[in-house]
Amino acid sequence: MAKGVKPRIKVPKQASAGDMITIKTLISHKMETGLRKDSDGNKIPRSIINRFTCDFNGENVVDVGLDPAISVNPYFQFNAIVPESGEFKFTWYDDDGSVYEKAKKITVT
Amino acid sequence: MKIDRRGLLAVGGSLACTTLVPFKAIASETDEAIAKFTGGANIGTGGITLTTPEIAENGNTVPISVESGKASSIILLALGNPNPNVATINFGPLSGSRMTSTRIRLRKTQEVVAIAKLEDGSFTKDVKTVKVTIGGCGG
Repeated sequence: MAKGVKPRIKVPKQASAGDMITIKTLISHKMETGLRKDSDGNKIPRSIINRFTCDFNGENVVDVGLDPAISVNPYFQFNAIVPESGEFKFTWYDDDGSVYEKAKKITVT
Repeated sequence: MKIDRRGLLAVGGSLACTTLVPFKAIASETDEAIAKFTGGANIGTGGITLTTPEIAENGNTVPISVESGKASSIILLALGNPNPNVATINFGPLSGSRMTSTRIRLRKTQEVVAIAKLEDGSFTKDVKTVKVTIGGCGG
């Protein structure tokens, strides 16, 4: 597991049914491209987040495949429709096999 | 061509990057990536908006956003990078307006391409040129 990985998410606490809400996510990660070399000329091995998904009550919102050209601390902003109260589940997949998860609840009135 | 300090810096930066990353046949890799996504179908224009800064001071984090009303998936390609692939975004049934913003790495001044697969199965694209002052080396 890469060091210092911390997901941060912004989801509104409340919404009306059928509303479109904006979600912002950021995960601190070094996103090493695998192309850089260290001071001795050795290649630094690739270590990135290669996939990010967001689901709401089991239904998919977005599923993003990431390549090394995504900047350090991958940030994504997108929209979702919330039909009922429930929980957003965010998942990041690391090259080294680690999976980082975080959930956020939203109340629909 | 007018040579100013900024231009010189940009040239110097991209040269430094080139020495770090061996040159590859980028054009064919781009074609491959596009063919893999579209399956060789024709790509139209319109119905997709790619928003990029005109000039990116720092190629390590270039904020971009892409929006396409009826897209089921979008790929982003940076044609001047060692590897043109940037991201593949698949929209699920609960996604709202089909937009996303993120931050990407650009090695040098180059074209960024977004291709969307629409719900009716057709493809459309948008291309923007981004001037990069300091390249995101190795990216």
